[in-house]
Amino acid sequence: MEEKVKDIGTDEQQEYIINIGPQHPSTHGVMRLVVSLKGETVKNVEPHLGYIHRGIEKMCESLTYPQIIHLTDRMDYLAAHMNNEVVCLAVEKALEIEIPDRVKVIRTLMSELTRIQSHELFWASYGMDLGGQTCYFYGLRDREMVLDIFEETTGGRMIVSYNCPGGVMYDLHPNFQKRVKEFLKHFRKVLPEYDDILTNNVIFHERTVGIGPLSLKDAISYGITGPSGRASGFSCDVRKHEPYSAYDRVNFNEVLYTEGDAFHRYLARVEEMRESMNIIDQLIDNIPEGPYAVKMKPVIKLPEGEYYQRVETPRGELGVFIISDGNKTPYRVHFRTPNFANLSVLNHLVKGFKIADLISIFGSFDYVIPDIDR
Amino acid sequence: MRSIINYLKDIFLGVRSLLKGMKVTSKYFWSPSSIVTEKYPENRKTLVMLERSKGEVIMPHNDKNEHHCNGCGICQINCPNGSIEVISKIIDTEDGKKKKIIDRHIYNLGQCTFCGLCVKTCPSNALAFSTKFEHAVFNKALLIKVLNKPGSQLMKGVEQ
Amino acid sequence: MLTSFGIINYLSAQSVPWWKVFYDFTSLTKNIDAGLHNAMSPFWTIMTEMVIIGVLFLLFYAVVGLFLVYAERKVCAFIQNRLGPNRVGPFGIFQTVADLIKLLFKELIPIKNADHFLFNLAPYFVIIVNFMVLAAIPYALGLHAIDLNIGIFYVIAVSSMSVIGVLLAGWSSNSKYSLLGAMRSGAQIVSYELSVGLALATVVILAGSMQLSVIIEAQRTGWFIFKGHIPAVIAFVIYIIAGTAETNRGPFDLAEAESELTAGYHTEYSGIKFAFFYLAEFINMFIVASIAATVFFGGWMPLHFGADNGFNRIMDFIPPVIWFFAKTFFLIWVIMLFKWTFPRLRIDQLLTLEWKYLLPINIVNLLIMAFIVLMGWHF
Repeated sequence: MEEKVKDIGTDEQQEYIINIGPQHPSTHGVMRLVVSLKGETVKNVEPHLGYIHRGIEKMCESLTYPQIIHLTDRMDYLAAHMNNEVVCLAVEKALEIEIPDRVKVIRTLMSELTRIQSHELFWASYGMDLGGQTCYFYGLRDREMVLDIFEETTGGRMIVSYNCPGGVMYDLHPNFQKRVKEFLKHFRKVLPEYDDILTNNVIFHERTVGIGPLSLKDAISYGITGPSGRASGFSCDVRKHEPYSAYDRVNFNEVLYTEGDAFHRYLARVEEMRESMNIIDQLIDNIPEGPYAVKMKPVIKLPEGEYYQRVETPRGELGVFIISDGNKTPYRVHFRTPNFANLSVLNHLVKGFKIADLISIFGSFDYVIPDIDR
Repeated sequence: MRSIINYLKDIFLGVRSLLKGMKVTSKYFWSPSSIVTEKYPENRKTLVMLERSKGEVIMPHNDKNEHHCNGCGICQINCPNGSIEVISKIIDTEDGKKKKIIDRHIYNLGQCTFCGLCVKTCPSNALAFSTKFEHAVFNKALLIKVLNKPGSQLMKGVEQ
Repeated sequence: MLTSFGIINYLSAQSVPWWKVFYDFTSLTKNIDAGLHNAMSPFWTIMTEMVIIGVLFLLFYAVVGLFLVYAERKVCAFIQNRLGPNRVGPFGIFQTVADLIKLLFKELIPIKNADHFLFNLAPYFVIIVNFMVLAAIPYALGLHAIDLNIGIFYVIAVSSMSVIGVLLAGWSSNSKYSLLGAMRSGAQIVSYELSVGLALATVVILAGSMQLSVIIEAQRTGWFIFKGHIPAVIAFVIYIIAGTAETNRGPFDLAEAESELTAGYHTEYSGIKFAFFYLAEFINMFIVASIAATVFFGGWMPLHFGADNGFNRIMDFIPPVIWFFAKTFFLIWVIMLFKWTFPRLRIDQLLTLEWKYLLPINIVNLLIMAFIVLMGWHF
């Protein structure tokens, strides 16, 4: 069955504990939620993590810097390109190398395409979680076009491994511009249909408006970044506050709302898709010529010290912290992943809502579980 | 009175939003040209894979059965999880000098993570990605492949 | 053998072409009846006729059930831009047969602490109720098994008994979560029956009788959805919404939903008993659609506007059987579209919809319809 229903215990207040088990269609990964209910209202949710812990941070201690990249792909696999980018940016910042313009623009374009496809998958699976199963197929149909763009340039669809310290691994494919423009044209035509099916639907409003409101104070104190935090009014977009790559030369709006309920978290992501399309529009026609990578030494050794770099992934702020002691492998690598912080607020938000709302709130934060466990 | 008007307006707007949603789905129902399913095993002949797709790592040989690999082992050093093992041997050349050439280049497809470092860092461009993606086998030992074909030799002019 | 003898007798005795039978089945049925009476005593005639009708309905149930399961998967697939079953048989038409064979092979797991008698009885409740309702529906001119003078009342009353099957299934499974699911389903079905009943009562006012054949005859000059304009349209919309909620389908399927918890009243059933519940859900959908087709869209009556004129005669070319099934399958398509387009409603929102929205509108609509009929403002 879909959930492992285990009657762990009952107590005298007619409270019982059920298990939304590790395998479940709507937990987007392997996560165990131990929910204690009173009637239909949720009193406490305890997430149990670690089912997909692979020891990525420890593995990085025995790999050289170019070899770390392929492991980061697999942390938040929907934002694979940004995970690669953050490690490359940290290494480049530590070595103080100057990156060519072409590399910056390529990285920005790929990041924004990654953001679109990740929010697309969020839209698809959120619709499916709430019961409108056609949303899944419409979302994935359009995401295929982005994955084809990735495959043509990098060779991989979801696990791209495209960045490397000093630049990117291959130059853009000659068809890249044409395909991206086709995709933008198709997607702009199709996005109003998504609004018709889900965003303006009265049943969807009933399921998400007013559910799980996150106040601005809570968002700041729990560290909720990304569209989930911006829906509560927390202006935390790393692309605006600490621009990296080519973000300082494009104009875009930071999508902020104040209500902070599940509906506005959803709406923030849909609006971000539109903003990403604007960014791509501004960059796609003037990709500067030049080298696509800087010649690096065969063995990269970072000077001793601690380095931190952050990027904006579709789920929030991803940061990498590298302690180097001068060798070719780092001493310690730590990733500050957005999903880990976003998960901490789940218990606080769900108290008092019904069990069906738990699915709605869980889905609106758009967790990717391997990112939590690493 | 105001509440009755709001009530009726709510109902009207709700029903209208539902009808709009149904219009989109029925539009897709009536257009079979929007079906995106690819009938996979039947369309193998016309299937076009994109040229840079990472299917597996191969060592391209030209029609004289020559390759570029000189057994330096840089790919083995760079592979993050040990999927490549380069076994080289020492032979005598015509000049009487001893030269190291590649004996077997063993590649473990089952363990490869397709990071592309071996392809990128090879100094003689001996390795490349091929687009063949049908690798399913029943015996894991079949996934350990020897990349240099028997009887092949190093192409003339490739540096050491 | 005797009946076929009767048919051949009839056809060879008259010079009527064979295809006329499809326009009016009464001649065929009367002749079979006469043939049987000639051969046996009245008691055995009735017995034989009942057995024949029972077997026909069993076949109908099975065939329509299989067809609807296949149709649901194909409709769902086309909406979602994909192909659906397409490998088992040409265009996948034998997919349901393959699924049925698989279900027949499954082990019927007996639950240790469950109430065995009720556990085994529950599926039969829903099936028998479905048969009883199927018998009352007019499929074509002359193909009407029981033409009661309280037709609609009978249909509503009998279909309410299916809730007993649901509750029995949940209770006898001896599982907390089956019981919860069954309670929710039961509450949902019982609430929406009110709306179904009142919506149908609205049409009864327009028609003036509860007998289904009289209702269809009254639509000879135009379907009720055109004749009783505003209140009939509102009644139709309410009936369709309440009908899908009755069958636990569409946006109202929280009790058996996949991504929510409590898995529903039929969790503990496996194999053929589960197949019974599953088929019963589809036949329920067929019943809802066919009753809507009968009272709102004229049943087997072709589309007529006004009294006898050229347009009506063109419409009469298509046999009534085809009209009936076309209307029913169109409404089934609409119900399937509901399920695959909309997200799910939460259980309290479901009940709010019924008690705070559908019921008041229904009552007001009933008054409006009564007023319109009194003043003669319908067509």
